[in-house]
Order: sequence, then structure tokens, then C-alpha cells
Amino acid sequence: MTMLRRLLFVLPLLIFAAAAAFFVWGLDPDRDPGEIPSVLIDKPVPEFSLPPIRGSEPGESTSTGLSSADLSGQGITLVNVFASWCMPCRAEHPILTDLRRQEDIRLVGINYKDESEEALAWLDELGNPYDAIGADMEGDAGLEWGVSGVPETFFVDNEGIIRYRHVGPIHETELDDLILPILEELR
Amino acid sequence: MIPELGHFSLVLALVLAVVQGFVPFVGALRGDSRWMEVARPAALGQLGAIALAFAALTHAYVVSDFTLANVVENSHSAKPMLYKVTGVWGNHEGSMLLWVLMLALCGAGVAVFGRNLPATLKARVLSVQAWIALGFLSFTLLTSNPFERVANPPLDGNDLNPLLQDPGLAFHPPLLYLGYVGFSVAFSFAVAALLEGRVDAAWARWVRPWTLAAWCSLTGGIALGSWWAYYELGWGGWWFWDPVENVSFMPWLAGTALLHSAIVVEKRDTLKAWTILLAILTFSLSLMGTFIVRSGLLTSVHAFAVDPERGSYILGLMAIATGGSLALFAWRAPVLKAGGLFAPVSREGGLLLNNLLLATATATVLIGTLYPLFLEALTGGRVSIGPPFYNYTFVPLMLPLVAAMGIGPFLAWKRADLAGVLGRLRIAALLAVVVALATWYLQNGGPVLAVLAMGFAVWLLAATLIEWAERVRLFRIPLGDSWRRARGLPRSAYGMSLAHAGLAVCMIGMTGSSAWKSELVEAVERGDNLEIAGFTLTLQDVETRPGPNYRSTTGIFEVTRDGRSLGVLEPERRYYPVAGRNTTEAAIRTNGLGDLYATITEPPEEGQDWTARIYYEPLVPWIWAGAAMMMFGGLLSLADRRLRVGAPRRAARQNTRAPVAAE
Amino acid sequence: MTRKRRRLYIALAGLLCIASAAALILTAFEDNLVFFYSPSDVQAKGLPEGRTARIGGLVQEGSVEHLDGNRVEFVVTDGTHDLSVTYQGALPDLFREGQGVVAEGQAGEDGVFQAREVLARHDENYMPAEVADALKESGEWRPESGESPAEAKGQ
Repeated sequence: MTMLRRLLFVLPLLIFAAAAAFFVWGLDPDRDPGEIPSVLIDKPVPEFSLPPIRGSEPGESTSTGLSSADLSGQGITLVNVFASWCMPCRAEHPILTDLRRQEDIRLVGINYKDESEEALAWLDELGNPYDAIGADMEGDAGLEWGVSGVPETFFVDNEGIIRYRHVGPIHETELDDLILPILEELR
Repeated sequence: MIPELGHFSLVLALVLAVVQGFVPFVGALRGDSRWMEVARPAALGQLGAIALAFAALTHAYVVSDFTLANVVENSHSAKPMLYKVTGVWGNHEGSMLLWVLMLALCGAGVAVFGRNLPATLKARVLSVQAWIALGFLSFTLLTSNPFERVANPPLDGNDLNPLLQDPGLAFHPPLLYLGYVGFSVAFSFAVAALLEGRVDAAWARWVRPWTLAAWCSLTGGIALGSWWAYYELGWGGWWFWDPVENVSFMPWLAGTALLHSAIVVEKRDTLKAWTILLAILTFSLSLMGTFIVRSGLLTSVHAFAVDPERGSYILGLMAIATGGSLALFAWRAPVLKAGGLFAPVSREGGLLLNNLLLATATATVLIGTLYPLFLEALTGGRVSIGPPFYNYTFVPLMLPLVAAMGIGPFLAWKRADLAGVLGRLRIAALLAVVVALATWYLQNGGPVLAVLAMGFAVWLLAATLIEWAERVRLFRIPLGDSWRRARGLPRSAYGMSLAHAGLAVCMIGMTGSSAWKSELVEAVERGDNLEIAGFTLTLQDVETRPGPNYRSTTGIFEVTRDGRSLGVLEPERRYYPVAGRNTTEAAIRTNGLGDLYATITEPPEEGQDWTARIYYEPLVPWIWAGAAMMMFGGLLSLADRRLRVGAPRRAARQNTRAPVAAE
Repeated sequence: MTRKRRRLYIALAGLLCIASAAALILTAFEDNLVFFYSPSDVQAKGLPEGRTARIGGLVQEGSVEHLDGNRVEFVVTDGTHDLSVTYQGALPDLFREGQGVVAEGQAGEDGVFQAREVLARHDENYMPAEVADALKESGEWRPESGESPAEAKGQ
């Protein structure tokens, strides 16, 4: 009886411990309860073809446009969806620039629902790290890619298969334990 | 300069909390009264410092100081002054500051009003209170500092989310937090009692007013939030069983149970361990609510962003507070002496049943709220749990509770005569059956649950009135004598009657609006007539009107009934250019028995029609009236002189033959 | 004896409460759990007959059609598969083409999803706290409305 009684007094603590374990699991930063799961992982990049940003000078990377064909047989490519009106993109920009410089990867951009002049001004101001940029004025390509916000970055391997999708800006603190290991794995 | 002063004050409060957490605690261990007396000035100093910090932030909002990130993100110079001030707590950082302010207010309250508490108990309560403050002050300073500056101040701010620019919502958080935080006092008392290894009638009597005050605030806070959802979201609903609503409702349920079990401890010196556990759980549920809302753990219509860093910090606080106190409970509670005996049919038995039902109801809401998380963790499947789940689980538990509520106040302590009580309640039972049958006849073929709920609500209302009538011996003695008796009844008795009747009124309102709501969604042009529940609404015009920081499209409906004009309804659709958002402003006309509720949405494309949503919501005003009655009942009980004057001394045996039981 | 007996009464009443609550919860779970499907899930598994489900995805650009009597038809996509949805009523304030949306309802006879409720998630700007902090540090903090100009104009 006393044993049972003791157990009864310990029970609330045990229940709380179990609930707390679930809470810890739920706090995983990669988990977004409202997220729409990406179905593109381990699938080839969707079919799309985008014009260059209007008004870009010939010879610049912004004057080439971007399509599905540019994403295979080129080693690892990061497809970064960005816009000049998006504040987090501004924060992400220097990190992407460094990443492209230090790692042996291609970086291409999808300029999402942006005005040409503003996009060009934005690249002028911050620098242009992209190897190619497609202008997605209407957001059609974004839809193909299942983009739900800006910025988003897709990691595409040499065969043109999407291997990882990063929702939101790539942050400095994520480089070492998240981004670089993924790049290693792709190699 | 002023923001830095605010920041500094907050740090000062943190230091004071450290002092208050350790010095009195050690003093209580060593029995050193000088060390214990540190608690009072420290608690008052903490309140002063946090109040100063709060004033500093409010000042920054009032003068639109855009060098503060918090002001930039949540304010705008064109905002009406009222919303500049309420904007202070309309965001995460500011609301944390409000939270610690409330916490300090409670601590100072214990320090000032607890004059006749035994010295060691008071020192321990205040030091536990300081540990809680320490947790939240460090959380605020480390993860959500409202006084952060920006490097390049912009010319204007981002504006507060327009949905929050509303008087109902402006005062919903402060009341809610005061409720949450008020329960921290009961928690501190419980932990202190466990440390002392002693719980008695006097302890229960000190805890009760605090619990009651917190309960009143929480009742008001939940009701305001529900009222806001009703008129602001434009769906005509007042409760969605959304996780964010549920997490504020659970502490309310547990707190209600605590309120009643503390009476048993006070009067009969039994149910001690259970009451201590309830005090711990009530505050823990408040913490859990804060945690879930601020970590974005569950999907909800109005969650803050997912923020693992803040979430982990609060979870850490929860682990220490809840985990620590429950471990203390497991270790120390068995030493509490078991109390007196009582028969199952008795006042204590009734209160115990109340506790069992409320605890079970809390558990069902908890399972419904957390189940999606459990399922996702175990199987990866995503699931949402809506109102039908709660209608199946929560509502059936409430019906026996309400049935017992009618009987409870008639039962004597120790041993009661159930048959005799039921005999005295014949009239109430008869009325309940008549109303249930009338409901059944009138709604022909509506939900059975509505019939039952109406019957039970009337039963409770009638039983509460009969209980009062018996106390003043209405119609048994001359009316003048009854009047004198009524004047002489303690306030707590009126408080109980008012709160119980309030629940009945609330129930009638909830039943009415859930079961017999009429809804009409139509495309309308100027001159169209809409018919609903005997009213005719004619769309006379649609105008565009400028507001202080929004543009409004207003529909003007004339309301007529049987050819008589009753006035106009002017629902609006507002566009806030700074935030780039639309809000719906419903127009509501009430006659006390029901609400006529109208909203309008703009045409999707030029040249198409407006969409009007019209609801007739029978009895909805009763929900708010009932909630107000419950809150006032609580306040009335709180104002009872016996809770303040002549507070009990330790070990003085309670005189159980008091003429009127206080509850 | 009496003390033991009292404890027995309390234990029995407690067990009765817990058992009835458990029974209620289990029966409610039978019928009232609403599972979430993406259009690809629907393609693969189909929707359960006669049960409420939630679907989520993006509103396909150009797919929103306003019909008479404020019925709306639109297509929800997750980039691989599409699903047509009809809904009668006023759409939420944040419903837009190209945005995330969640609809609750049932599959109709014709394979079109009949939504009873539409909830829109609106946040085109991912702005976790640490990013905001980084911006504040770099002095680049310029709050702008988080919408593309095209949308701001489309108001």
C-alpha cells in the first residue's frame, strides 16, 4: 500500500517528464507546424524557363535568364529565391556571397515577384554573387518550385536532382552544422 | 537616455530578485528574523524598478521613439494615442515586461498584505516568488529585451497589427496575465508549505484570496478575448477551441478546482496533498500556456512566430518550476497528515466531485490540445482537432458538474441528507424539466444536447435562487425580517450565488448561439433586401471613409422588422496601408436576447457585388453577461471582510459551528 | 476501516471519472481527427470517404474564379500535383494567389474538394528573430512592408 501511495505521489512528475520530452522534440528549429511539406526532395528540378531581368546590361549574369536545363551537369548548384523587397534576403546576401566564394558551388537566383529596376538597383548596391538570374515576375516558377515565401534556397546536385530545401534565410549560425555537412554529402 | 534607464531598472530588478530569492530563504532555514525581513523591501524595490522600466517603454511608445527596435516594429506615428499605449504590450517583448510587472505586483502584494503570516512561511513564499521573477526577468533581458536600439532609426514604424488595434484586445492581455501570474502566488504558497511540511486551515485561508483574485482576472481576460474574437474576426464565433484559447482555459479550469478544494482544506482540514498539487498544476498550466503561445509549438490562428530559442528558455523555466515543485511534492507530500473523515454524501464529498470532474475536464482539453504534437512526434502524421472533439468529450463532463452544482451548496459538512436536499429542490427540478421540454418542442428536431444543456442551466439557476431564498427564509418569516437577513448575509455567500448563477446564464448563452444560430451569406447590390430571423436588412449604400490610419469601406444596412425601422448597421472593411492588411469590422445590434451581426467584404473584381454575411445569434449577450456575473461574484467574495480582517492564527482550532459557512 | 473505506470511495470515483473521460476521448478520436493532406498525398492515397480532412498547398496563380452566389473555385498545388477546391463564402483577408492556404472540408463526388473553411497563411517574408538581430547589428534595419510591390498595388 505505501509503495503504491508513494508511486501515486511520483506520478504527476512522471507525466510532466513525458510531456516535456514531447515539448523538447517539438522545439526542433527545422520543424514548422504550419509548413507545407516539400514534395520536391529527391526529385528532378521542375520544368521552368525564365527570362533575364529586363534592362540588364549584356554580358552580365543577369542577362542570361534561367531554365531547368541550366541546373544539371554543372556540379552542385544552389538555387536561391530572392527579391529586393524582402528584408531577410538582405541579411542572407553576404552569407551567400561568401559561401559561393569559399565552396566550389554554383549559385543561381530566381528573382521573385520583383520590379526590374529595383532588382538591378539592389544587386548594384549589395553586389551580384549569382552565376545566372531568372526573373520570375509573376511568381509562376516559384509556384513550380513550391516556394511559399522568400528567401528559399534549393540545393541541386550534378544530376539536377533537388536534395535539400532551406526555408527562410541561411543564417551564419547554420553554416557549420547544417549547410556545410549537406554540401559535403552532395559531393 | 530614457530607454537606457528602463533597461538599467530591469537589471536592477533582476539583482533585487536574486537577493530576495536567497537571503530570506536562508533566513527561514536559520530562523534569523533580520535575514527574513529583507524580503519586504526587496519585493517593493523590485516592483518600483520594473514599474520604472515599464514607464520608460510606455514613454518611448507615446513619443514614438523610433530609435527602439520594439517601437519601430510595433508602432507608427499616425496611430491613435490609445493604441500607442496599448501597443506597449501588443508584442512579445512588451508583453513580457507587462508579465514581470504583474509578477512584481503580486510579490509586493504578499509583502504588504501578509503582515500576519508566520515569519518563516512569508519569507519562503517571497523567496519562491523571487525565483519565478528571476526566471522571467532573465528571460526578458536575455532573449526579448524591449529596450534594444536600432543603428539607423527609420522615419516611421511598421504599425501594430491592425487586428490588435481594438479596445477589446487592448485590455485582454493584461487581465489574462494578471490571472496567469496571480496563480504564481498560490504556487509559491504551495512550495513554501511543502518546504515547511505543514498545511493547515490557516494556510488555505491565506491562499484563497490570491487564488480568487487571479481567477477573477483570468475569467475577465478569457471573456474579453472571446468577445474580441466574436466581433473582430467576422465569423460570428466566440470560441474556436484553438490551442491559444485552450491554453488560457486550462488554468481557469484547474484554478476553479483549486478555489473549491482550498475551501475543504480550510473548513475540514482534509484534501491537503491534492490542493497542493492543484496549486502547482494551475500555475504550471499557466506557464505551459505562455510556452506554447510564445514558442509557436502548435499551429494556431494567432500564434507568435516559431521561435525555438525563446521556446527552449521558457521550457527550461518550466522544467525547473514544474519539475522541481513536482519532485518536491513527490518527496514531501506523503508527510502531510491526512485529514478528517467524511461521508461521500456531504459538502466535502460534493466539492471533491467538483474537483474530480474539473480535473478530468482539464485533462481532456490538455489531451485534445497536445495530441497533434504527440501524433506528429510518433508517426509524422499531421492532424488537427476541432470543436467536434470537445463537444464529445468536454461538454458531457460539464453536465454532471452543473447538476452537482445545484445540489452542493445545500449539503451539510461531514454528512448530509441527499433525499432531503432533493426534496427542497423539487421546484428547480420541475422548472428544468419544463424548460427542457419547451426547448425540445420549440426547436423541433434540433440537437438533443441543447435540450439537456438548457434544462441543466435552468436547474442550476433555480437551485441557486432557492438556496438564497432559504438563507433569508423568504416567505417563511415577515418580509422585513427577510430583508434584514439578506442584508446580513456575508458577501462571500452572495459571491458564490452570483458566480454560480453566472455560469448558468453563460451556459444558456452558449447553448443558444451554438444550437440556433442563423446564417446568411449573399452577394448584394445597393437596394437588395436580406431576410433573417424575422428581420429585413436593406443595403442602402456603400461608402468609402477615411480613418486615422486606415481606409474604410462601409456598408449601410437599414434594419426593419414588421415594417418598423430599427436603425442602421454599418459593417466595415478596413485597409491599413502601412501594415498592408485588411480587417473586417462587424456591425452588431443587440436587444439582449440576441445579436444581429453583419459583415461586408469587397468585390473580388471591379464591377462585381459585395458579399454580405449576416448572422442572427440568439442569446449570445448572455455569454458575456454570465462571464461578468462570475467575475463580479468572485470580486464580491474577495471583498468579504472575513478574508481580510481577523485573519486566522496558526493552530487556533477553527470553530466549525460558525453560523454561516463562508464559500 | 472507515479511513480505508473513504480512500476506496475516492479512488473509485476517480477511476470512474478517468474511465468515462478515456471512453469519451477515444470515441471522439474515432470520428473527429482531421488529417492533413498535400495534393500529392491525395494523388497517392486519395481522401477518406465522408470524413473531414485538411488540405494544404499554394493557391495556383490565375486559378481563382469567382462564380455566382459568392462561390469560389481555385486550385491548390504543391508543385507536383494539383487539387481543385470549391468554397462557398467569403475568403479570409489574407487569401491570395501564390500564397499558402489550408482548406478544411470533404472530397466531393466529382473529385473536387468541397471546402467548408479556408484558412490563409500569410507571411511572404521569413523573418526569424536572429535575422532581425543581424539586420539591427549591421544597421540595415529598414522595416518595409513584407509584400511584393505587385501585391501592394493590387490592393
